[in-house]
Amino acid sequence: MTTGETIREITRKHILENNGVVLCQALTAAGWVANTVPQLLGHPNLIELSIEDTSNPGITVGYALAKEGEKPGRPIYICRYQGFMWYNASPFVNHAAKAKEMWGYKVPVFIRSIAMEGGIGPVASNSHHGIITRVPGIKVYAPMTSAEYQAGWDDYMKNDGPFYCSEHRRSFTIDYEMPHIINARPDITLFPISAVRLETLEAIKQLATEGIVCNVVHLTWLKPFLQINVCLESLDNSRAGGLVLDTDYENGVSKCLAHDLMMQSSKKVRVLGLEERTAGFAPHLDNLPPSTEKIVKIVKQIVNRL
Amino acid sequence: MRSAQFGMIPEIAKKFSKDFNLSLFQKICLCRRFETITAKAYNEKKLPGYPVYLSLGNEAISAALSLVFPKVAGIFPQHRCHDVYICFGGDIRALRDELLGLPTGCAKGMGGSASIHCPEINMYGHDGHVGSQVPISVGYALRKKQLTLSIMGDAGAEEGYVLGAMGEAITKKLPVFFICYDNNLSLLTEIDTRRSWLMVDEAKAKSIPAIDITNNPWLVAHHAKELSKNLPSFLNVRTCRELWHAGAGCDGPPEWDRFDLIKKEMENMGFGKDCEAIERSTSEFIDMIWKERDI
Repeated sequence: MTTGETIREITRKHILENNGVVLCQALTAAGWVANTVPQLLGHPNLIELSIEDTSNPGITVGYALAKEGEKPGRPIYICRYQGFMWYNASPFVNHAAKAKEMWGYKVPVFIRSIAMEGGIGPVASNSHHGIITRVPGIKVYAPMTSAEYQAGWDDYMKNDGPFYCSEHRRSFTIDYEMPHIINARPDITLFPISAVRLETLEAIKQLATEGIVCNVVHLTWLKPFLQINVCLESLDNSRAGGLVLDTDYENGVSKCLAHDLMMQSSKKVRVLGLEERTAGFAPHLDNLPPSTEKIVKIVKQIVNRL
Repeated sequence: MRSAQFGMIPEIAKKFSKDFNLSLFQKICLCRRFETITAKAYNEKKLPGYPVYLSLGNEAISAALSLVFPKVAGIFPQHRCHDVYICFGGDIRALRDELLGLPTGCAKGMGGSASIHCPEINMYGHDGHVGSQVPISVGYALRKKQLTLSIMGDAGAEEGYVLGAMGEAITKKLPVFFICYDNNLSLLTEIDTRRSWLMVDEAKAKSIPAIDITNNPWLVAHHAKELSKNLPSFLNVRTCRELWHAGAGCDGPPEWDRFDLIKKEMENMGFGKDCEAIERSTSEFIDMIWKERDI
């Protein structure tokens, strides 16, 4: 089963068995959000919203609040382009994430925030999970595989707060799992996030041919940093430290995670994400996550420097 | 258009029962006394240093609404809502303690003046972003499918997400009653400086039934009752903020003194002595509550 199919089945089950709802603009029009939404045409729990990015998240938060904490009926909100989160985020981070501490009530919202890789200019492409991770009270998770997605969903349903799922369209066709790659004597540990995990897996093959041994710890939990122990174990054995790879800008969660890892180890952890510039529409002006070639080049620089 | 008579229906007060009128006056007095003592305590630095948003001048609207809608699924006000809290039956001691930053406060000291809430009356706290309660109230009504009060100010009403949420409410025919407490001011900037359009026209443009009136409580009650028959609907009420945006400063008398006008109306209807007794007893009650905290 692909990750996209898993998302669709989770959603179908939530609608039909839990009376869950999906709220989204252009929900049924644009290919049922890349075929991750079950085609239950006319079902009242598929709630079409207007193209009003600033009020739709508030409406979703109000919906979640109305029967706070109850598992049946919990909303899934879909932000079709993760870049739109810049004006979608406010009710999630300023109300849903704070509500429990402020007033003691629960606002469980599952936010599907979908990144795509380039090709659409300055705002909508790539991941923007870094703007969410800095806020207390909201979990941030970036799954790529079916099992990872299911684990994130299960966590959301077990708990009662807002859950930000940083999805990537490239995950929708993935039909395999991606276990961590742990070697006894690695040169470096790579900590890739989201779609850059795919380039990372290609890069380590090339690096291996040049005798560079890489561990790979796939990061899914961006906040809380639940995977820190497995990261530290691998990092401790890595001669040249680590490298966090991100599909977001570097001045975001990747530097935060690198900081946490460095504070709890004796190793340097570098970051590699989007370049510090605005993406343009033309292919040569785009700003894409680190390519296989770039990862290979940077890793060689780090490893050979030491 | 701003006046004590704007949109008035002659003899409207006489259409209401004595019980309604006395309850209305009692709620108004409770609010005014509470806010008066709060202002005094604030000026005497007996409250913690954070700002208070006093509702003096708004209480006639809230009192009227609470009598028309004694039970609602949800109440979503913004800051400046002590009057909403009190009129709809929130625990006054918990409000007092919230303003004092105590763990016994209605939001355990987390909310302060601006983010008070009361689960017992289905009143939800405001998160601080101006107007953000409006889309939240719309989503709440979408799920509850029961009467929800969405309360905004004339400045908050200008937020794009407020207008978008109102559009969603009419599209989905949700049971939301939108009320704008229109004091003409955003801090000190008047509406004419901020915009060339009226909220009532904005609502009507979305096919939302809407009326623009002054803050006469009987007029508010009348229109609230009528508009609630065809939800979503919108009521813009011209009111006077008697004190500063934040804090307890005063820039002079309000454009019109609604409380004085209400008292005169009550006297005209033969309730003068009842009102004197209510004013006295509510003052004693509120004073006693504050004295429990040595204020």
